[in-house]
Amino acid sequence: MSEANLYKGYKGRALEVLQKFQAAVWSDVRITTTKGEYTGIILPRSETSDPLHVVLKLRSGYNIGIAVEFITAVEIYGRKEAHYKIPEKEFPYDPKKPNVKLLGTGGTIASRLDYRTGAVIPAFSPGELYGSVPELADICNLETEKLYGVFSENMGPEQYIGTAQAIGREIAKGVAGIVIGHGTDTMHHTAAILSFMIQNPPVPIVMVGSQRSSDRPSSDAALNLMHSVKTAAEADIAEVMVCMFGPTSDTYGLLHRGTRVRKMHSSYRSTFRTIGDIPIAMVSREKITPLRQDYKRRRADRNVVINTAFEEKVGILYYYPNMKPDMIDSMIDNGYRGIVIAGTGLGHVNKPLYPALKRAQDSKIAIYMTVQTLWGYVQMYVYDTGRDMMELGVVPAANMLPEVAYVKLAWVLGQTSDLDEVKRMMLTPIAGEITEREPSNGYLIFQGGIPEVEEFISKYRK
Amino acid sequence: MDDFLFKPFEEMTPEDYARVGFKSGLEIHQQLLTDKKLFCRCPAGRYSTKYDAEILRHMRPTLSELGEYDGTALMEFKTKKEIIYRINRETVCTYEMDDTPPFMIDEKALDIALGIGMLYDCMMIDELHIARKQYLDGSIPTGFQRTTIVGVDGKVSYKDRFIRIVQLGLEEDACREVSDVGHRRTYLTDRLGMPLIETVTAPDMKTPQEAAEVGQLLRRIVRSTGQVRTGIGAAREDVNVSVTGGTRVEIKGVPRLPRIPLLTYNEGMRQWNLLRLRDELARKGITTQTFSACFEEITRLFRKTLFMPLQSAIAGGMSVYGVRLNGFRDLLRWQTQTNTYFSQEISDRVRVIACLTTLPNMVHSDSLSEALTSAEWQMVRKALGSGPNDTLVVVWGPEADAKLAAQEVINRAKEATIGIPSETRQALKDGTNGFERILPGPDRMYPDTDLPPKRVPVERLDRLRAKLPPRVPEREQWYKEIGIPADLIQFLSVSPFARLFETSVKDDGLSPKFTSIVLAQYPKRLRKKNLPVERLDERTMAAVLGAVKERKIFKEGLLPLFEQALASNKTIGELLLPKATERELGESIVQTAESLKNKKFSSEESRKRRAMGLIMEKWRGRIDGTEAALKLGRYLKDGTL
Repeated sequence: MSEANLYKGYKGRALEVLQKFQAAVWSDVRITTTKGEYTGIILPRSETSDPLHVVLKLRSGYNIGIAVEFITAVEIYGRKEAHYKIPEKEFPYDPKKPNVKLLGTGGTIASRLDYRTGAVIPAFSPGELYGSVPELADICNLETEKLYGVFSENMGPEQYIGTAQAIGREIAKGVAGIVIGHGTDTMHHTAAILSFMIQNPPVPIVMVGSQRSSDRPSSDAALNLMHSVKTAAEADIAEVMVCMFGPTSDTYGLLHRGTRVRKMHSSYRSTFRTIGDIPIAMVSREKITPLRQDYKRRRADRNVVINTAFEEKVGILYYYPNMKPDMIDSMIDNGYRGIVIAGTGLGHVNKPLYPALKRAQDSKIAIYMTVQTLWGYVQMYVYDTGRDMMELGVVPAANMLPEVAYVKLAWVLGQTSDLDEVKRMMLTPIAGEITEREPSNGYLIFQGGIPEVEEFISKYRK
Repeated sequence: MDDFLFKPFEEMTPEDYARVGFKSGLEIHQQLLTDKKLFCRCPAGRYSTKYDAEILRHMRPTLSELGEYDGTALMEFKTKKEIIYRINRETVCTYEMDDTPPFMIDEKALDIALGIGMLYDCMMIDELHIARKQYLDGSIPTGFQRTTIVGVDGKVSYKDRFIRIVQLGLEEDACREVSDVGHRRTYLTDRLGMPLIETVTAPDMKTPQEAAEVGQLLRRIVRSTGQVRTGIGAAREDVNVSVTGGTRVEIKGVPRLPRIPLLTYNEGMRQWNLLRLRDELARKGITTQTFSACFEEITRLFRKTLFMPLQSAIAGGMSVYGVRLNGFRDLLRWQTQTNTYFSQEISDRVRVIACLTTLPNMVHSDSLSEALTSAEWQMVRKALGSGPNDTLVVVWGPEADAKLAAQEVINRAKEATIGIPSETRQALKDGTNGFERILPGPDRMYPDTDLPPKRVPVERLDRLRAKLPPRVPEREQWYKEIGIPADLIQFLSVSPFARLFETSVKDDGLSPKFTSIVLAQYPKRLRKKNLPVERLDERTMAAVLGAVKERKIFKEGLLPLFEQALASNKTIGELLLPKATERELGESIVQTAESLKNKKFSSEESRKRRAMGLIMEKWRGRIDGTEAALKLGRYLKDGTL
């Protein structure tokens, strides 16, 4: 074993002391200090922690850090290395059940402890999933494939393209539905780009993750997984969807359209919300309940268009008062081909930016306006400033969410550089990213404290 | 095995307990007096049964850090409970709901815990690691309790020996259970997240009485800091008991220390009798290897029963299962605790694990009751093919639960061949105890990946050490030696004035007896008169004792003085040193001026300064300086005031 592995994560003084006593990690030891003695197992140390302490797992199961400056002797009794492994069981096969494919990209849907950083790292193995959520076998025959093992924030064009291609392969193979395990932070970016890259799929494509990692008893991972697998196996909805908790309670999940969904809370289980519209359906362990009828239906054919175009030189500019034109200048100078602005109100930026916008127009950069209010449409005719900006080539992007406009622009610019064609494609809805109307129940952010809202909260499980 | 039989509680002697090898240890949970909860900024100590909303969760077992499942976790998962949390928005935020990650540990709570660790003479931990201790019963919405060890290997002196403190933990409190019926358990969340310390002693108590006494001693020690909560639910005890040849069993949630003796006595008896039962089984040839049993669905046999619970169960579409325990005849009537029999152990398991919470939840053929007719028993006997030496058990409930119950009856009966299962048990009102769950092991610990390790620098400990109250046991010993009245010793040792007492007696030479009466008895008496004794802080008491020492005040006058001060808005200082009256001031000016009359000064101004100095020194803040100077000036000038 390499020296680094022997003393996993230890450095500086702590490493010297362990080496001096030849006490590698996982050693079962008695450590004598100037204060007294401790007995336990030496654990690896997180690399970001200081070099002054040794971590010991006491017999009681508790971990403590012992300052190395006090250590006078280490007596080694033996060794007990942890094998963190969810019991793997082969997924049972039932010819009467639909076949579902689970593609893994990472995230906390399945995760385990990482001693290097002390944080949880994603772990994805089909047997592990079945070992921890055996209920899945009641729904379908599940096959899994690990495409990537990355945190959600590390997803990018390479992974988008790879995932879209893998989905194309699975559709061709004839699966009843596809589930994609994904970190939650950027799940809505991936859901949006897959909605464009995979056109007219014949089966459900369901993205799922968890807000509480699966190494916690209260994790939402198991139930989310059951909901998403049920959707993939049984739902009549052939679209790219996000399947996550409806309320924070363990009751039902929601199926959100891939282009209208957004993560709205940094940590709540019920963080995903359909913006400016209502979700496609509710899903529980027992049934799938559509909330609308205008979704694309499941088909028996295997026809699907996979278009993985992606231009990387596209960015989002989140406008703030007093923004200087150099923000836009730098994007021009760095060769950006597309900019999505998240503007204020109906879609505005301040006047000092105009010369920079003009420069961008002259440089043939596609600029699209979205709203940072998230809810509502861009409307640039209401005020003169809006009209001025349209003169400068800024195109209003209706009620496309900023992140959705961003991935769509990247996808469109990957296919053409003709700005008129870009505009035509951008403003022609492909997967519900622009809707003709906002229903009156599409914007409902309840305000706590108001009597009728409190009454609602007291009646229904949050 | 020893043929000793437990005597009635009152007749048991320390020798009897020694004979069975009785050992007991304590785990004392004590809430700390902080403003905020431990890992969020919710207000601490606000309790209310009112709630604004409910959330529903399920718990699933997860692996420990060393990659193993915990037995308790698996048991709880078997029960498939739906957990309901009641949320009051005043006392609970999204952290307790497990929808927001933890905030950094409350520093005040940590200070208090570190201080108490030092009072226990613990080895203090250099770097704290927050752990997640799994609780799948739902008592914490995350499914685990955030907990950390702050000290290990401490000790407190008791009688002529030391009681070892295994560890001192700092952790968040759990929910309060509202109800647990069938597959639904409901909790109130107001107490959730409150900071508390857990003191774990070694099993060093040798009789039930000692366990209670040490409980009292530890309580006095933590209270001596003045930084722990008091009142209902602020301190709760778990008691561990074992006997020779037995296993450690934990009795959870003892609400009051005086209940410890009877509870531990009954648990000692239970274990002793379970060991005797094991030997009895062995005599009959039933061991873990030879044990045999079977069960079967027998709903059809009871279509016409007159036994009400079965009748309504069948009417409600439930199933009935019969269990045959081979060779167990009469053993379900084996006594375990006072008025409690082995059948109770089985019924408890059925209740907890199979969620058959409506009692009775089983009947058995060893019972003398006539719940089932002998004809019915005959049918069951025939259906299960049992012989005269077997015992039959009948359970009923929803199909899945009833089947699980039948299996659990067999599990528990088989465990009788091993002796005493490792369990946590709940304290019952009559002093006996019932099954709660399988005793969790170290496998339920997992590092908290949400929080970084926290270093405890030596400087922090030094700073806290300087403020610690004197050690309780040593203090009490010293009190005895210097003749403090016996009824005041325990009170004084945890009094906030314990340190003042020490300096007054040792440094200022005040009489120990008198000082103890002032510091310990007077506040008691004043409280009885409903006076606001909390106004008597350490500084005030120090001033009072100082005044006594300087003979500014007679001992006899003290109590009336306190009463007067507390009954009015005056401070003790004001009463001790009342303001000079106009006449007193005048007299003093005249007297001083006259005493300096024949002395020579460089100027009239310096004469005035000298006189003023003398007057101020005499009255020390009991006169108004400006007024005195004015009057003095006038008197020196023209002899009037």
